[in-house]
Amino acid sequence: MSPERDTDRSTNSPFAAPPAPAKWETAVWRPFVSEHPERRPRFSTPAGIELPPTFAARGDETGPGEFPFTRGIYPSMYRGRLWTMRQYAGFAAPRDSNERFRYLLAQGQNGLSVAFDLPTQIGYDADDPEAAGEVGRVGVSISTLDHLDELFHEIPLDRVSISMTINATAPILYAMLLALAKRRGLVPAALRGTIQNDILKEFIARGTQRYPVLPSLRLAIDVIEYAVRATPNFNPISVSGYHIREAGATAIEELAFTLADGIAYLEQCRSRALDLAAIGRRISFFFNAHNYLFEEVAKFRAARRLWAEICRERFGLEDPEACRLRFHTQTAGSTLTAQEPSNNVVRVAMQALAAVLGGTQSLHANGADEALSLPTASSAKLALRTQQILADETGVADVADPLGGCPYVEHLTDRLGAEASRLIREIDARGGMVAAIESGFVRRRIEASAYEAQRAIEEGIRPQVGVERGGTIPEAPFRVDPSVEAERRASLGAHRARRDERAAAARIAALEEQARRGGNLVAPLVAAFEAGATLGEASRAFAGVFGEYQDV
Amino acid sequence: MSDGRPIRVLLAKPGLDGHDRGVRLVLRALRDAGMEVIYTGLRATPEQIVKAAIDEDVEAIGLSSLSGAHQTHFARIASLLAEKEMSDVLLFCGGIIPQDDAAALKRAGFQGIFAPGTPLEEIVSFLRARLRPALHEGKKR
Repeated sequence: MSPERDTDRSTNSPFAAPPAPAKWETAVWRPFVSEHPERRPRFSTPAGIELPPTFAARGDETGPGEFPFTRGIYPSMYRGRLWTMRQYAGFAAPRDSNERFRYLLAQGQNGLSVAFDLPTQIGYDADDPEAAGEVGRVGVSISTLDHLDELFHEIPLDRVSISMTINATAPILYAMLLALAKRRGLVPAALRGTIQNDILKEFIARGTQRYPVLPSLRLAIDVIEYAVRATPNFNPISVSGYHIREAGATAIEELAFTLADGIAYLEQCRSRALDLAAIGRRISFFFNAHNYLFEEVAKFRAARRLWAEICRERFGLEDPEACRLRFHTQTAGSTLTAQEPSNNVVRVAMQALAAVLGGTQSLHANGADEALSLPTASSAKLALRTQQILADETGVADVADPLGGCPYVEHLTDRLGAEASRLIREIDARGGMVAAIESGFVRRRIEASAYEAQRAIEEGIRPQVGVERGGTIPEAPFRVDPSVEAERRASLGAHRARRDERAAAARIAALEEQARRGGNLVAPLVAAFEAGATLGEASRAFAGVFGEYQDV
Repeated sequence: MSDGRPIRVLLAKPGLDGHDRGVRLVLRALRDAGMEVIYTGLRATPEQIVKAAIDEDVEAIGLSSLSGAHQTHFARIASLLAEKEMSDVLLFCGGIIPQDDAAALKRAGFQGIFAPGTPLEEIVSFLRARLRPALHEGKKR
């Protein structure tokens, strides 16, 4: 134990916090910080009170960085490195989004998160009739490798980590990124970042699925299989509870359905005889930070504990590092109000605080105007500043798991964990998550919860501040220029005129053949995009083999 | 018409938008209010929506979009209905609809435009007041 800490806990008050367990400090924390130094040699409050790396939670509890990681995945948590501030952004043409990216990086953001438009997410080129009215609206339009190159113009792919919210077309965007790295003379292993690649939650809550469930899963596992070998610093999946929660799920359902999706992916990987220990180290998660602060903090803690136990008990993973639940968080878009939108700044700050108290690895704070439109540059900046104020001014990052040991939070952690486990067992009894999704069980649960939540708002049980019936809604502060659609169509026309039509067609034919025959589809996708084939052509080839999903 | 038969409504999501929490809440609220509701599911084309409205003989169509594609699809649906001489079908919509666009949609024939967070009861009352005014007045008393 360090001498400073002894002097700081010199009072004999019965309420003095128990120190971190000495065994944890010597066996876990010290060896870790000797290899990964903390941000400062000492941490203390403005009043001069010295801060230990953490406090003991309970007699039998493990410390941060120890299995089952309830208290955080690293011994020093944010004392070592702050979370990655990663604001989701993208709209219109690649150069418009590139400009926003470089603006955010210049403001101190340290990772990118790409929002794609719906045609790109579902697999339609910008000039496809299905894309009409949607091009560049909710994200950036990408149909070719050249478009991706423009999107990351002057952004070093080996230094800025790239997160991509893409699912049905995840293998396509992943292959384009590999092709772009090669074009820029980088080895694939230099790429860092995350591809969402979580198709199951699209069927549950987000709605960008293109193919039926089983071939969709095959595509997702193809990316994982390829990525664990070729891009070992890249997370090939981000199993997402965020959208499940946005669709109306409770915190318990968010936990259970997300971890059940994670189980389904690992089972698929096991059935392909992939290296589960390697995949366990690269699988990442994505949660929602909602309004009810202590329940949210407890949810993140319970998620880590449950996932670690699942990895060990269901999948026999012995290496603790393969059982660590690493996650991204976004504040809850569905809690933002169109009336009095400035109030959303406060909601976002509280939700971001919950994520940090819960030990997130990266964070997106929503823009205050997101109930009205995509965020303006100034509201995106304010959201980033919210994160920076939490990190640099409030001191909440100076002790690992600061709420650990708080009876209220420990109680909620236990209860959320127990209830989510019960729901996961119910899913097991229904034949697993794929069956539970296909039977409509998962959707029905979420819809019932969404209805309850809406009633609670309308009956004043959980009121929304500053919202009244018929209240004024301000004008949308941000609009995507509708001329972008014609411009993207023209750009794609020029691309088709320029390319070697036969070479592109041959690569698409080879891709389709591989889809039919079986075998990993990433390499033929890379070859197709290098030959000038488009996202829409590759997606259509897959649809020809796999069929199209039909919503009911 | 002032008969007591249930109001028949088609709810639809044109375009590629997958945000269906709102439309599914409305679906449930209208059914709980005794209406007969048909829902198209995601990614319905304007043509499919109009055909469904004819086949199902509905009195009202509610459209939902949060992706910005309302500008393209909503007006197209209104004009297809006019072509089929179905302009008497009550049109309403919801989602992220900027105020400027709302004014244009009103001119195109949309009589109710509901933002996210609208109390469900408000949408139920809107349909009853427009489609069963006599009964609705009776209920109010």
